Amino acid sequence: MAFEGYLLPPSGKDWSKIADYKANGGYEGAEKALRSMKPADVVAEVKNSGLRGRGGAGFGAGMKWSFLPQDVQRPRYIACNADESEPGTYKDRQILERNPHQLIEGLLIAAWANTIDAAYVYMRGEYRGPFENLNAAVAEARAAGYLGRNVLGSGLDFDVFVHRGAGAYICGEETGLMESLEGRKGQPRKRPPFPAIAGLWKRPTVINNVETMSHVPHVIRKGADWFKTIGTEKSTGSTIFGVSGQVVRPGAFELPFGTPLREIIFEHAGGLRPGRTLKAVIPGGVSMPVLDAETAMQVNMDHDSLQKVGSLLGTGAVVVFDDTSCMVRAAIIISRFFRHESCGQCTQCREGTGWLHKLMLQVEAGTARKSDLDVVDEITRQMEGKTICALSDAAAWGSGWFLRRFRPEFEAHIDRGGCPHAGTSFEV
Amino acid sequence: MPLSEELKARITAEFPKYPERRAVLLTALHFIQEECGGWVSPDVVPELAELLGILPIDVEEVVSFYPMYHPDRVGRFHVQVCTNIACCIRGARGVVRRLEEQLDVLSGEVTEDGLFSIGEVECLGSCGTAPVLMVNNERFVENVSADDVPGLVERLRARAAGGGANGSNGAGGGR
Repeated sequence: MAFEGYLLPPSGKDWSKIADYKANGGYEGAEKALRSMKPADVVAEVKNSGLRGRGGAGFGAGMKWSFLPQDVQRPRYIACNADESEPGTYKDRQILERNPHQLIEGLLIAAWANTIDAAYVYMRGEYRGPFENLNAAVAEARAAGYLGRNVLGSGLDFDVFVHRGAGAYICGEETGLMESLEGRKGQPRKRPPFPAIAGLWKRPTVINNVETMSHVPHVIRKGADWFKTIGTEKSTGSTIFGVSGQVVRPGAFELPFGTPLREIIFEHAGGLRPGRTLKAVIPGGVSMPVLDAETAMQVNMDHDSLQKVGSLLGTGAVVVFDDTSCMVRAAIIISRFFRHESCGQCTQCREGTGWLHKLMLQVEAGTARKSDLDVVDEITRQMEGKTICALSDAAAWGSGWFLRRFRPEFEAHIDRGGCPHAGTSFEV
Repeated sequence: MPLSEELKARITAEFPKYPERRAVLLTALHFIQEECGGWVSPDVVPELAELLGILPIDVEEVVSFYPMYHPDRVGRFHVQVCTNIACCIRGARGVVRRLEEQLDVLSGEVTEDGLFSIGEVECLGSCGTAPVLMVNNERFVENVSADDVPGLVERLRARAAGGGANGSNGAGGGR
């Protein structure tokens, strides 16, 4: 039987109104948690479920929560990451547009579990529709008594505020997000201290992605044991895979972790256009190493499986390239993106992203030398693991792995003095 | 140009949500762009800084850091096309080119009548409905093709003639 999912309403349905959400089991998890569970039991249940962050890093959500000081001093905050900006990624938007109360319920349960005063949902500024939809849902939840003073008679005073960003990718990095929310440039902070100790306004802060929080009501309502029956041993539950690029039916599909990438591309997304063959797939947003077709056809979409083949799950954003595509052009777009989005604090990232973009342009134009390809490789190594945040690593992987996995195509550009796919490939 | 009383009231109404006024800066800048011609004039900076209890430089560095804020004038309709990977794969470059032809300006420029400007932006989070464009800060126009551009421009011109630059009914395109 096909997996039905639990994060999104059935196709064509919208549960943005609280009545529709509640008619489908909505707020039952919160009722259960706040009326009958101790905060520590909620944390334990989430930990036991194996729920991992859906924002890209895949860190254990319950583990993260357990890092907050046990000696509770108020105020404490949640920062919910709705800055969805990783190219290829549009999964949180599905939740924000069609099931916003599920996020609010997740935030409420997390607030109970961690003794939180307020949650700030940091949403990318371009998401006008999702912003209005979530705000309307927050107002409904407040009117229904799920937010505000003494929620459900539990003694918890808790509210949710939706905060708009302004178009900077780096604000999806957890401490960049916090700087931005406080009204500054989104330049990431050095750690330690970690957000659990000193986050928003130097107070203990829980930070999770929209989708991560949206799983929480289901974990509490149906239990950790149920959750663990979905997905794989180390990647539990489902996730929303957003497919884009050269497929017949791009779209967002909620599926269990461990679903074969082949099935996602060829069944759910309708496969390739007639006569085309698969060339490459980015499995988790452009920060993650690209896969060649052969590997892509064999890998399953969970953390361990992707790591074994030299990539990472990231945000589960699947970008598909067929044989018409030029891999250098893909690398140009990706390196241009990171050059634009580097916040400029760390030299390796600020300079490295610019160099990579310039070299990729030269390869495409056919003016690079073969030795420049080794320079690209060297730059990417200098960019990894040496900076305040992981944007530099992502920039190095994003275009660097296109070179490593498609080197002959890069060399062909240099040999021919131009792009061999100029007649068929997408333009940059 | 002083901030209007209405605008100041809108900004101060946000204060209770946060422990510090400064946190309202990004929101305030969105409000200003919405109500003051789509950009952040240097004239409003000192007054906004004072309202939030910060220095003008604190405002300026934020305006220059975030791509959604415009320290220079943009068109009444700032048409922003995503040119990241998923949109380029599905023809975003052709959309930009058609806009340039139709409006007779290059990407990054403003038309002589001040009505339009073209911008290229990074991933908007609409990769399943690529290519996507955004007019000002309205709802996205999705699944847009180069052939949709003339109709889009016409609809925006009609809106300008009708006097309604604002409103969230989008650019009326997409799907």
